Amino acid sequence: MALTPDEVRSIARLARLAISDRDIPRYADNLSRILDFVAQLDKADTTSVAPMAHPLDMSQRLREDAVTESNQRELFQKNAPQVEAGLYLVPKVIE
Amino acid sequence: MHTKTLAELARDLKARKLSSEELTRSYLARIERFNPQLNAFITVLQEEALAAARAADARIKRADANALTGLPLAHKDIFCTAGVKTSCGSKMLDNFVSPYDATVVERFRQAGMVLLGKTNMDEFAMGSSNETSFYGPVKNPWDPTRVPGGSSGGSAAAVAARLAPAATGTDTGGSIRQPAALTGLTGIKPTYGRVSRYGMIAFASSLDQAGVITYTAEDAALLLGAMAGFDPRDSTSVDRPVPDYTAELERPLKGLRIGLPKEFFDQGLDGRVGAAVHAALTIYKKLGAEVRDISLPNFWLSVPTYYVVAPAECSSNLSRFDGVRFGHRCESPVDLMDLYTRSRGEGFGAEVKRRIMTGTYVLSAGYYDAYYLKAQKTRTLIRQDFIAAFENVDVIMGPSTPTPAFGLGEKTEDPITMYLNDIYANGVNLAGLPGISIPMGFVDKLPVGLQIIGNYFDEARLLSAAHQYQRETDWHRQIPRGFE
Repeated sequence: MALTPDEVRSIARLARLAISDRDIPRYADNLSRILDFVAQLDKADTTSVAPMAHPLDMSQRLREDAVTESNQRELFQKNAPQVEAGLYLVPKVIE
Repeated sequence: MHTKTLAELARDLKARKLSSEELTRSYLARIERFNPQLNAFITVLQEEALAAARAADARIKRADANALTGLPLAHKDIFCTAGVKTSCGSKMLDNFVSPYDATVVERFRQAGMVLLGKTNMDEFAMGSSNETSFYGPVKNPWDPTRVPGGSSGGSAAAVAARLAPAATGTDTGGSIRQPAALTGLTGIKPTYGRVSRYGMIAFASSLDQAGVITYTAEDAALLLGAMAGFDPRDSTSVDRPVPDYTAELERPLKGLRIGLPKEFFDQGLDGRVGAAVHAALTIYKKLGAEVRDISLPNFWLSVPTYYVVAPAECSSNLSRFDGVRFGHRCESPVDLMDLYTRSRGEGFGAEVKRRIMTGTYVLSAGYYDAYYLKAQKTRTLIRQDFIAAFENVDVIMGPSTPTPAFGLGEKTEDPITMYLNDIYANGVNLAGLPGISIPMGFVDKLPVGLQIIGNYFDEARLLSAAHQYQRETDWHRQIPRGFE
């Protein structure tokens, strides 16, 4: 299958990735080749095969609903691009 | 001292023939001298390493040491390390200083090991050549025009060039075993859940597993014993006792049933690599093992299944990089959507974007059943093949890679040819099994690796099989020219 430039733009939008127009043909080519390659899976008969959920058939462990972490906001916010008064700043969302 | 194995250095430290500070200074000097030509390290921790070495010497002096105290090592830059830049090989995290230690980092720190630095890697562990790193490719010490493999390529190159006596790695689809094979080292990927993933930056959570790259199986046993074990902070960590891997190394191989899957020797395999596997099997037979032909009929599904499952999980895991709380943020975003898309578009490299988009596509409405659900079913088939095989054999052996190390730039144009380098590795991750690669000879003066795949939690058997082969051979003792 060959993905069109518009399909690639739509996937990039869903993935929240800005891709320049110049790069679109290359991604269209690469992604089409990957999808063609994985399409081999269609040849496998998977009737009545259960999808694998976990390699060891384990279920998710539960823990007590208790506070285990301390508040380290200042430490964590050292990595933030923009903070003010302990809050993370982003462009205005609501007018 | 850089030609010694980790286990030998441990004995020297214990006997006080050597101090950790001397040892650490010696490795730091080698890193300074050789790293510019290899690009194996992203961060070198000169001061911190010396301080840790002095603290280790004090522990040894007051008899408060264990087998690992004072031994240097390097961590792949995927492991969060408190107060140290943890980049994951990406521009996205070029400015990220981890506020906490990964469990693996914490356990080795508590044991008194000395962290020399953080090693280069394919961006977010996505790659098989170390060419996708934001920090540039790593060179293979055996031939600087060739790749060291990936994604743990910096760890492999650092250990192969004797810039560190051991290094950690992670393996999602071969990222420990393949670089170990291409650089003449021992690399183990434990059973899924054996080692904590806490603080190990996630790529594909149902496949990711931490391990080590060392000279010998004995060294790997020493390190795995300290890093394995239950961790309540990782929800998929398995609560099961950790055997004494070192004590198990001498377990006799007499009667060991080795399975040889015929599918591993089909087209695509360099005949000289296949011949090296058969030569290794002759040694195993001499040690009392028995070789049986087996079949993994669904083996052909492993790479295509992997390239649905891994990108799908990666697209979900990497959605956390949004330019808001940490990581790269674009200049002057006009609105929130612009902030997300440009921060991610600028912060991620081409291979990571390809995989995020592949994952987004296979998980999107209308395609989920055809791709993701289908791949989870073929994953069941792949796993069932291994389970059936292990009813008749104790371990499975074959090549780690189809060829020795390929040239820099040789496979960057077509993603599929790059992906196929992990053809023997992917299935092991999909099934969650442990695997090890050990040096088994040379092809064109380049090292090649023997892969040994074990049953769930049978790392001790893999290590003992590797150890006893290494007592009969000296492939693992070879040092690349110029680094002796």
